[in-house]
Amino acid sequence: MKLTRRIALGFMFATGMMASVVTTTTPAHAWEPTKPIDFVIMAGAGGGADQIARFLQSVAEKKDLTVRPLVPNNKGGGSGAEALIALNGASDKDHSILVTLNSFFTTPIRQPNLGIDIQTFTPVTMMGVDPFVLWVHKDSGIKTFEDWLAKVKADNGEYVMGGTGKGQEDSIVIAWMEKNFDIKIKYIPYKGGGAVAKDLAGQQIMASVNNPAEAKGFFESGDVVPLIAFSDERLPNLPDTRTVKELGKDFSYYNQRAVVGAPGMSDEAAAYYRDLFGKIYDTEEWQNYMKSESLEPLPMDAATQKEYWKTQVDRHNELLKAIGG
Amino acid sequence: MMEILGLLSDGLWLSLQPTNLILILIGVTLGLFIGAMPGLGSVNGVAILLPITFLVPPASAIIFLAAIYYGAMYGGAISSITLGIPGASTAVATTFDGRPLALSGRASLALITAAIASFIGGTVSNVLFTAFAPPLASVALSFGNPEIFALMLLAFATFVGLGGDDIPKTVFSICIGLVFAAVGYDEISGAPRLIFFDISGFLHGVNFLVLAIGVYGIGEMLWTIDSTRGKITSTDAKMSVKGIASDAKEGMKRGWKGTAIGSFLGFFVGILPAAGATPGSLMSYGVAKMVARNPKEFGKGHPGGVAAPEAANNSASTGSMLPMLTLGIPGSPTTAILLGGMVIWGLTPGPRLFTDQSEFVWGLIGSFYVSNFFALVINIAFIPLFIWMLRMPFTILAPMIFVLSVVGGYAATKDMHDVWLMLGFGLGAFFLRKLDYPLAPAVLAIVLGPIAEPTLRQSLLLSSGDPSIFFTRAIAGPITVIAIILILLPLFKIIWTKIKSSSAETPAQ
Repeated sequence: MKLTRRIALGFMFATGMMASVVTTTTPAHAWEPTKPIDFVIMAGAGGGADQIARFLQSVAEKKDLTVRPLVPNNKGGGSGAEALIALNGASDKDHSILVTLNSFFTTPIRQPNLGIDIQTFTPVTMMGVDPFVLWVHKDSGIKTFEDWLAKVKADNGEYVMGGTGKGQEDSIVIAWMEKNFDIKIKYIPYKGGGAVAKDLAGQQIMASVNNPAEAKGFFESGDVVPLIAFSDERLPNLPDTRTVKELGKDFSYYNQRAVVGAPGMSDEAAAYYRDLFGKIYDTEEWQNYMKSESLEPLPMDAATQKEYWKTQVDRHNELLKAIGG
Repeated sequence: MMEILGLLSDGLWLSLQPTNLILILIGVTLGLFIGAMPGLGSVNGVAILLPITFLVPPASAIIFLAAIYYGAMYGGAISSITLGIPGASTAVATTFDGRPLALSGRASLALITAAIASFIGGTVSNVLFTAFAPPLASVALSFGNPEIFALMLLAFATFVGLGGDDIPKTVFSICIGLVFAAVGYDEISGAPRLIFFDISGFLHGVNFLVLAIGVYGIGEMLWTIDSTRGKITSTDAKMSVKGIASDAKEGMKRGWKGTAIGSFLGFFVGILPAAGATPGSLMSYGVAKMVARNPKEFGKGHPGGVAAPEAANNSASTGSMLPMLTLGIPGSPTTAILLGGMVIWGLTPGPRLFTDQSEFVWGLIGSFYVSNFFALVINIAFIPLFIWMLRMPFTILAPMIFVLSVVGGYAATKDMHDVWLMLGFGLGAFFLRKLDYPLAPAVLAIVLGPIAEPTLRQSLLLSSGDPSIFFTRAIAGPITVIAIILILLPLFKIIWTKIKSSSAETPAQ
């Protein structure tokens, strides 16, 4: 009994040594994480951004792509202000990365006292962009965008839509519609996309603007109907839904799904994460996910990402000014 | 009905397959300890173990996670009772009566009542779930913001209108809880508020576990040190098979009402996507206290006060699976993570899941029954270990409580700021208790405040500021009226006794 245990221990020790020798003698990268990676999410648990983050983590885990695990850390407080502050003041800049959405651009604009300059953050990988679609409940009987406009106008300011809050992605799209189609909507802010979806299904609200991924279940069951897409081209999963561009309006709006590093991250660490998320991006799992959840690819290198941030900040400055948010 | 039974037996068969059964046993045991660790609850357990589930098929994966969820609901009661620190957010209400029972040497009664009530709550909710899942889903959907606010009002009313405690002090305690609940970001306008001294830690708000662990872990420890001067606190902590049987009998005799209330109310609150198991258990405690023959016994060690929240949190945990499986909408933070898991496993959560993935869904439901049974058995088997812990002198127990509280306060948000805050709450709670303020209402308020406030404001936005929306809607109306009557009840009582005493005085004059 004693002997076997000792042999077992010895064996375990030997394999452990071998494993450590193997990993130390064949470094795949100039820099590798030395402890679990703080994988901060700019949203609460269960929402669209959270699902994507956990999907990325699971792919990394399944394919054994990281030597240290990605540890999801939800910091959704204040439209992601909490996450931005955490990254800005991260004590270990090389082990702190962030999964972003458009609040990466809007929150610093809306809350200048946070002292966040997103240009100081380290670009890692753009995983894709998530389009927006206008949805109504099937029992409303509304089938086309024109019918919808007529109904909203007839309701004269009493048409109720739900969303994730003033200044959030969906409210920007709704405010754009109000301005460009001369309509007035009663907007009720909710805590998250899940609560909005539930109240649309229960007809507590009449319509919502949401990503196809979050509306997928109710769309497939026929409970909600897509009226118009805010994408550049028609979405492959919703081939019969027109885009606002087809109505002659030069507008499209996407939610960015990008991974960003802490400000001041070392070049070696940034290279490691770009390689890691590049590998995840190329996996069959992520490619299938993008297809089934209607994400669109928008690959760009680090320098282009920084340029993209600049144009997005300028654009959101204008959009937010227009809605007074 | 026959069809449902057929599907259920398929599900039970699936969950009794060797791999799944082993996963259930491991999951329940892991869950039990995760639940018992302060600060770690089912949310953390499920989130941490999610990546592991890629090694097995989706049905087995969710069975494993559901077993952890179940185990954690049982486990939360353990530290609530033995140490007075809520083991999980869902077990906060269990400390109200569980801890006093343990201090009076009746920890085994509390633990056994908790285990049996959990089992009954779990069983009742499983049966309700099996038989009525689709119609109940539409009930959940018919609860909009005005209905949920009315329900929250009712929950507050059960705490105010009891008449047992000092009412001004209860209201004060609720107000403290509401103020802390409002810290952080305003959900409606998106603007920061109550960020004291510009400390960034307040940006994520005050996590109610931080308050609960501070009040019940640290505050309770200080209180015990003050009142016992470090002597053994629980002397008569023995345990025998005969004792288990007699405790089970007594627990059910005095706790059956609480168990029944918790089982049904917990399930109902659980299926509402805004609520979940924590509000469900707190509300059940309030209602059980209200309908008890002698409400004043609650809070001093009444088995009914353990049975109600424990039955409710198990029942609600099954209940919160309902909107997740039928609608693809999570009913609690834990089911939100499970939902994310389903997307990763390649399933589409939503209304079609029941028909498209019937084997998966029924395998999961089958596993609820099996997990519930094994959680009861494993829990009772471990009770002697927990009782043994209580026999340690308080001079050893106190540092343990302190360390567990600090770890728990940190684990909730991974922020040192919250550890300091928790210690502050502990000190504050100690002094408030010295001044005879009830603290349970503050905990209730910090849980329900973040649900009540936005639903109130969303409702008023909907009605353009007209409060009659809470009275004119078919479901919200009656609930609001009952809540208002309950709140005014103490006032009526005072007037009634005045009239009575004055009419008694008249003939004497």
